[in-house]
Amino acid sequence: MKKTFWQKLSAWHKGDYDFTLKTTDHVDPQIIHEYTGKEHTIQALSRKERAFSGALYNVLCVLFCLILIGVLLGAVVSLPPHGNAENPAVNEVMDRYVEEGMQETGAVNTVAGMILDYRAFDTLGESFVLFTAVCAVTILMKNTKRTAPDGTPLPMVVAPGIVDYSKDNIVKTVSRFLIPFIFVFGVYVLLNGHLSPGGGFSGGAILGSALILFSMVYGEDRAAAIFSERLIKTVVLVSLSFYAIAKSYSFFTGANHLHSIISQGIPGRILSAGLILPLNVAVGFVVCCTMYSFYMYFRRGRIQ
Amino acid sequence: MLREIFLLLLLGGLIFCAIATAVSKRLMKMIIIYMAYSLIMSVIWLLLESPDLGITEAAVGAGVTGVLFYLALRRIHQVDKDAADQDVSSDKNERGE
Amino acid sequence: MLTSFEDLWTHVADNYIVIVSIILFGIGFTMLLFSRNLLKKVVGLNIMDTGVYLLLVSMGYIDGRHAPIIANGITDAANYINPIPSGLVLTGIVVSVSVTAIMLSLIVRLYEKYHSLNLDEIYELRNKEENT
Repeated sequence: MKKTFWQKLSAWHKGDYDFTLKTTDHVDPQIIHEYTGKEHTIQALSRKERAFSGALYNVLCVLFCLILIGVLLGAVVSLPPHGNAENPAVNEVMDRYVEEGMQETGAVNTVAGMILDYRAFDTLGESFVLFTAVCAVTILMKNTKRTAPDGTPLPMVVAPGIVDYSKDNIVKTVSRFLIPFIFVFGVYVLLNGHLSPGGGFSGGAILGSALILFSMVYGEDRAAAIFSERLIKTVVLVSLSFYAIAKSYSFFTGANHLHSIISQGIPGRILSAGLILPLNVAVGFVVCCTMYSFYMYFRRGRIQ
Repeated sequence: MLREIFLLLLLGGLIFCAIATAVSKRLMKMIIIYMAYSLIMSVIWLLLESPDLGITEAAVGAGVTGVLFYLALRRIHQVDKDAADQDVSSDKNERGE
Repeated sequence: MLTSFEDLWTHVADNYIVIVSIILFGIGFTMLLFSRNLLKKVVGLNIMDTGVYLLLVSMGYIDGRHAPIIANGITDAANYINPIPSGLVLTGIVVSVSVTAIMLSLIVRLYEKYHSLNLDEIYELRNKEENT
């Protein structure tokens, strides 16, 4: 039965037609019957129709994007001017955070005080998002296709045209001097999160980058000897449990008791701001281990 | 005024980099342009008075995301090489440290 | 509403960061829909992300004020910008990395099975596989 393109289009609209079938092979009608309970045969597109449907898709999606951008740009007209202090986004919530944040949380950096004290549960959920991402990457990447047909594991080899940095003297020497500085900067950003810009997320990412650089230059085996899978698992789990316990005590003391039980200290000192410093460190460890595990799983399918 | 001019230049660079990632044919080039895009973005965060975001974007967007893209691309080439070397014994594949 | 060309120009000059973020969103969305290459789609999604973050942070910025870090004991809110969008975007950036990592690992697994990054080819190979 020969159909024109528009008949096929209307058939696809009714669900009897599969546009994704790109070959001219006919599907076994029996299989279709088993799957859909219908007696229709699915016919594939010819080459000309396939090219036409591809072009139609491209034209439609560019058109759709242009219309979307046009609508969004039209909405700019009704937005308040940028940078104005009378904008609706600048409301009493901001005043409260800035004016009383330092007394209530003890943190000089209002952003750190906000995400780790007022909205600490949000950050806890975020840490668990990272943990879930590591779990998903582990499931997907763990030793995929790295075994020979007889079951012995194949070693990772360097793909052609890609430099192996552990053999490059310039990279090795420069990073020998650079890695300690990156580490110190990461620890500084992590510990000063409540005093200056930075905090758990940025400090953890910098520490993770330092670990990635270390294992890139000195080889994964040396890095895996120091940061074993067991160590990383322990650090992540201890950090997450510490965070969860430190913030869920308010469930037992009553929902109104949301301020910290540790004294705020003098704002501006490094040992101040109650729970914010330990929570920053916990978040930093989680982020650091997450970044490093991403790298290791992508690089060789395992940490050890 | 100077700040506005600098910000406009950076925003123009941002759009340029975004279009360059969209039209670049080679994937490696696309990834490197994306890392440059993230670095421009981190300077824009500083100009918008959000230094926390600047540090995080520089470490995460330009560093870790770029490395992840690079490693995924490398894994993909690796798969091709494995398929080509399937008959060769695994001794040849060992990397000399 | 718009009444004249000058009015339009005022809106553009007032909200140029918002316009840039919308253009970035559009470029990313076009990459996501138009490109058949899976890695390009992921980069397009990341560009969309940053467009949205730029919009959010530009909403919190106030001219002539400083970053929300209390300096010299001045706690008057008229000296600092809005810290709320910064806090929200900070979490968003880190989540976008984990989303990217999951998508990239899915792409690597797809490539190991079908040896292609092109979505059309993957569909075709999958259909062939199902029909045999």
